[in-house]
Amino acid sequence: MEVIKDLPEVFEEFAEQRKKSFLAVKELKDKGVPVVGAYCTYFPQEIAMAMGAATVGLCSTSDETISVAEKDLPKNLCPLIKSSYGFAVTDKCPFFYFSDVVVGETTCDGKKKMYEYMSEFKDVFLMELPNTQGEQAFQLWKSEIIRFKEYLEKKFDVEITEDQIRNAIKINNAGRRSLRRLYEVMHHDPAPITGHDLFKVLYGSTFKFDRSQIPAEVDALVDKIEKEYAEGKMQEKKPRILVTGCPIGGATEKVIQAIENNGGIVVTYENCTGAKSIDKLVDEDNPDVYDALARRYLDIGCSVMAPNPNRLELLGRLIDEYQVDGVVEMILQACHTYNVESTGIRRFVNEKKNIPYIGVETDYSQADIGQLNTRIAAFIEML
Amino acid sequence: MTRGPDDRKDEENMNFVGIDIGSTASKVSVRGDKEINYVLPTGWSSKETAGTIKEKLLEEGVDVEAEDTKVVATGYGRIAVDYADYVITEITCHARGGREFAGNDCAVIDVGGQDTKVIILEDGMVKDFLMNDKCSAGTGKFLEIMANRLGVTLQELFEMADRGNILSISSLCTVFAESEVINYIGEGKPREDIAAGVVDSVAAKVAQLAQRKDLPEKIILTGGLSKSRYFTAQLSDKLGRTVEPTEMGRYAGAIGAAKLAEEKSRKRR
Repeated sequence: MEVIKDLPEVFEEFAEQRKKSFLAVKELKDKGVPVVGAYCTYFPQEIAMAMGAATVGLCSTSDETISVAEKDLPKNLCPLIKSSYGFAVTDKCPFFYFSDVVVGETTCDGKKKMYEYMSEFKDVFLMELPNTQGEQAFQLWKSEIIRFKEYLEKKFDVEITEDQIRNAIKINNAGRRSLRRLYEVMHHDPAPITGHDLFKVLYGSTFKFDRSQIPAEVDALVDKIEKEYAEGKMQEKKPRILVTGCPIGGATEKVIQAIENNGGIVVTYENCTGAKSIDKLVDEDNPDVYDALARRYLDIGCSVMAPNPNRLELLGRLIDEYQVDGVVEMILQACHTYNVESTGIRRFVNEKKNIPYIGVETDYSQADIGQLNTRIAAFIEML
Repeated sequence: MTRGPDDRKDEENMNFVGIDIGSTASKVSVRGDKEINYVLPTGWSSKETAGTIKEKLLEEGVDVEAEDTKVVATGYGRIAVDYADYVITEITCHARGGREFAGNDCAVIDVGGQDTKVIILEDGMVKDFLMNDKCSAGTGKFLEIMANRLGVTLQELFEMADRGNILSISSLCTVFAESEVINYIGEGKPREDIAAGVVDSVAAKVAQLAQRKDLPEKIILTGGLSKSRYFTAQLSDKLGRTVEPTEMGRYAGAIGAAKLAEEKSRKRR
């Protein structure tokens, strides 16, 4: 019998998903299911899924282990890299602990150099991600995806067939379609739910090991949101904010809270937790599965790409689609690529889209909450 | 919405209070029936300061709890003012205050006790703003620490600086800059020269922040240093643009808050 839950309860459940999965990952291991950990949206999940492995995101979101990490890494490095390394080296993250292999990509300079140290105490498979998106880059990325498949086959003594990959592509696409339907509820003005609640579901869903379960769960949630909206349950009308920039989660949810506690509402996320990793599907009709995967993943508009036109394309589309009043960019301290790119983003938002932009640089501490609130409240007051 | 003669009569008795609780000083401005401006040190508790302000205003015949008195609180201690009708950030209030001093199109540079902000106004609205990062360099705090180290008041620091030749202070960190100052003292350098170096360093950092924005023709200085012609001259020099001092610049946030209280209460009628 299905218990009908209230929306707030559903949102909290998703928010708890990461913790719940700590137990789930152990159960999987006990059953002999391989676990593949990854740090980035560029990770072609479907390859690992094809061999029946569970995949899990390892990016850490708390400042708990940063001081330990600073024994090996410089102080002025991005907190995501330091925190992730810190959790790894102290064995404090169960997902890392249970991962049979960790997949890294040559994304930003900080991450790729960090993996060198990480590989001293963990199996790290490093994929060479090009930092351009032309034809040669695509060929390289495709060969890297095939190399990754071959690595898994050898390590786990299995064969990964194209049919299995095709099946994984279908499962993940279905999940993406549902998650996209979910964030599209924010097309409504006034918005039906808060941006923070939306975030909890988007972030929590990345910790669902059985990806095939996502559509049913998320679709039910969407239907419930739409039904309640039709009945008049909605947020107050507020300035509509798009969040872009570095990945958000854990400590940096303070930025979402600063927006929503000061009179705004986040209607869409362009970052890795949001549209950036969900918006595009893998082409299911492409007979060459590696080709299809390589195209889809290489196209992701992360600031490690130079130039990075796909970010602007997505950003522009989201601003129009969600009737955005202002853009807030969250940049992690010492994240060079996002930091440098922020001038271009500001120009694009101000000059091409004619709406205000604010960039906030922050880390995993809570020390700047007061300043964040002042800046963001002032930004919302000017909308 | 049309207003009858009765409304206008009501408004004559109304008071609009702006309270700007900064990290160092709290500024109060009353407009309307009464015209009051005063400043008091914030002290260790914004809450207590808010209470003191309330009592002081009552002595002046302004009851903040009264129906015909509207209060806007701003500044870093704004949430401590529990009797405020509205809470608005210092950016918006300073911009509104700046409009009173310099018109609808200007830039407001505010050097405060713990932060420095640059606000660009276009058609009377905030178009863009910038605040310094979590660092005291280029703020009033830096000057305060250095003045203490030299054993003078802020006022005296500027007077001395005007007579001195600039000694370069290159450190970006207040603590390290203080060591530089101590070194100069140890070397027996004239205090005037050190003072000139201190002011120069703050002006350089404020200019650096301001330069990150396209500045309009008219630029004014607000905050605790706003009256200092020496400081605005230094700042103008670094920016290559004229920064005008403002007589009431210290009250920019409070005056802006009072104006916003008036506008908000009108809107609600």
